[in-house]
Amino acid sequence: MRSWTFFLIAAAVGAVVFFGAHLVVQNDYVYFAGYTVLQFVVLATAWNILGGYCGYVNFGSAAFFALGAYSTVALHKLAPMPIPVLILIGGIVSGVVGLGMGYLTLRLRGAFFAIATLALAVVLQTLIVNWDYVGGSRGAYVIRPATMQILGFTINYITYLFLVMLTLAVLAITAARAIERSRLGFGFATIRDDELAAEASGVPTLRLKLIATTLSGGLMGMAGAPFPYYIGFLEPSSAFGLAYAVNSIAMPMIGGTTMWAGPLIGALLLGTLQQIATVTISSAVNLLIVGLLLVVFVIIAPKGIVGLVQDRRRARQKP
Amino acid sequence: MDFQLALLIDAVVAGLLLGGFYAAVTAGITIAFGILDIVNIAHPAFIILGSYIAYIVNTSFGIDPILVSILMLPAFYALGAAVYQVYYLSFEKRGQDALRGLAFFFGLLFITEVGLILTFGVDYRYVNAAYIGGTVQLGPMNLPLRMLVPFVVSMILIGALQYFLARTFTGRAIMAVAQDQFALRLMAADPVRIKRIAFGISIGVAAMAGAFLIVIQPVEPSVGREYIGRVFAICVLGGMGSLPGTVIAAMLLGVVESITSTFYGPSWAPAVAFGFLLLTLAFRPAGILGR
Repeated sequence: MRSWTFFLIAAAVGAVVFFGAHLVVQNDYVYFAGYTVLQFVVLATAWNILGGYCGYVNFGSAAFFALGAYSTVALHKLAPMPIPVLILIGGIVSGVVGLGMGYLTLRLRGAFFAIATLALAVVLQTLIVNWDYVGGSRGAYVIRPATMQILGFTINYITYLFLVMLTLAVLAITAARAIERSRLGFGFATIRDDELAAEASGVPTLRLKLIATTLSGGLMGMAGAPFPYYIGFLEPSSAFGLAYAVNSIAMPMIGGTTMWAGPLIGALLLGTLQQIATVTISSAVNLLIVGLLLVVFVIIAPKGIVGLVQDRRRARQKP
Repeated sequence: MDFQLALLIDAVVAGLLLGGFYAAVTAGITIAFGILDIVNIAHPAFIILGSYIAYIVNTSFGIDPILVSILMLPAFYALGAAVYQVYYLSFEKRGQDALRGLAFFFGLLFITEVGLILTFGVDYRYVNAAYIGGTVQLGPMNLPLRMLVPFVVSMILIGALQYFLARTFTGRAIMAVAQDQFALRLMAADPVRIKRIAFGISIGVAAMAGAFLIVIQPVEPSVGREYIGRVFAICVLGGMGSLPGTVIAAMLLGVVESITSTFYGPSWAPAVAFGFLLLTLAFRPAGILGR
C-alpha cells in the first residue's frame, strides 16, 4: 500500500471516529478524554521513531512536550494565533532542541544517551521555572475561547481541539509508516541492530540519528503545542510530569516497537484504560497500572502485542 | 567583602559535607553501572525506600536512623539479589538487556514511587535523633551535626567498600567480572553469582544512603528523581566504577551546587547536577580519573 493511500484510509477512519463520536455521544466529556488519548498516540508514535526504529531510549519526552506547550504560552502572550500555526512553531522549537541534543549526546551509545535525555529534561525544567515571562513556577493561565468557526459551522472549542489532535495523530502515524518502509527506515533499523556494522557498511549513522531526534522531538512538541488551550492553566511540574515520559515509553513497549501499529495499539489501550482508571479509581493508581504493565510486558512479551500477534500468525502457518 | 568571603567559605564547607553524602548515594551506582554495566535507573527509588523504612522504624521504635540503616542491610541485600536474578533471567540471558532492561528499571522506579505515594501520601516525612539540630563549632564555622554525622558515616562506608573491593576474594572477583567474564569462569567463579552479590551490595548501600538522606532533609516520594541526575553525573564524572573517583566527583558537585544555591538561589541548584552531567557526557565521557 502506498503512503498516500494509507493516509486516505487513516483520514477516513479518523473522520468516522469524529463524526461517530459526534452522533453517538451528546456529551463533551468524550472529547476531553479522547483528546488525551490521541495526544498519547502522537507522543508514543514520536517516541517510537527514535526509540523503536533506532533503539535509542529517550527519557525526556516530557521536556519536548513541555517545550511545545511553553512556546504556545510565550506566543499567546505576544499575540493570539491560530492553533495550527502554534503547532508548527512548537514543532520547530522542539525539533531544533532535539537536533541540538542529538549533536551533544549522540556520540554516546545506549545507556549514556538515555541518561543524558533525562538530564536535559531537568535542565529545561529549571530554565522554565526561573523564566518569569511564561509564569515561572507559579504557572500561566491561557483562556480558551468558547467556540470556534470552521467552514461556516460553529463548534465547541474542545471539539475543535479534538479535531486538531485527531489530524495530528493521523499525520504522525502516516509519517511513521512511511519512514518504516523507506530507505530512512532501513537505515534506522541497521543502527538499532548493530551500529558499528552499519557504520562500517557506509550507513551515515550520525546523520540518520540526527534526523530521528529532530523528527521525534518535533512531533512531541507538536503534541504539546495545543495543550495549554486544553488544560487552561500550565505550570512546570505538570508540563514536565513524569507521566508523559513513562507513558510515551510504556505505550510503544506494550504495543510493540518495530511497527507503526505498535504505539497506536499501546496508546489506545493504555490511554483508554488510564481514562477509565482516573475516573473510577484515582489518578495515582492509573500511573501504578502503567508501571506494572510496562514491567510485566518487557519481561513476558518483549515484542509487545504486535509481536505476539505476529508470532501466533507464524505459528499457524508452519504446520 | 568579608561577608562575601565568609559566605563563600561556608558554602564550600557545606558543599564538601554534602559531597561526602553524595558519594555514599552514588557508591551503589558506581558498582551497578560502573562495574557491572547494569543501568539501574531505579537506584534512587531504593534510596527513598531506605529513607521510608528508616522513618517507619524511627517513629515507631525510636531507633537511631543510621543504626536502622545497618540493621536493614541484609534485607536490602536480598532484595537487590532478587532484582538482579529477575533482570538476569529476563534480559541478560536473552541478550536484550540494553533497551528493555532500561524500560524495566524505569518501570520499577515508577512503581516504587507511586506505591510510596499511595501508602504514605506526598507529605514530607522526617526522623528524630539526638544529633539532629546540634552543631559543632570549628573555628569561625558552624558545622551542623545533621550534615556532619552522615558525612562521617558515608566516608567510613566508602572506605569499607573500597577495602572490600580491593582486598577480599569476592571483591576482586567483582572487579574482574567487569573485565573478563570468561576468564573469571576459568578461575572457578560463577560470574552470575558474583554479579548477584555485587548488585545486592549496591542496593544495600543505596538503602543506607537513604537513611542518611532522611537525616539530612525531610523526604517525600518524588525527591528521588532529583538524585537520578546526581548519581549518574557523579558516576560518569568519577570515571565509571572507581570509588575514589566517585568521592572526588561527588565533592566537586556538592561544592558547585552549594555555591550556586548560596549565590543564585536554590531554584537553580537542580540544573547544576544535570548541566554538569550533560557537559561531562558531551566533552569528557571518560570522567576525571578516566583515561
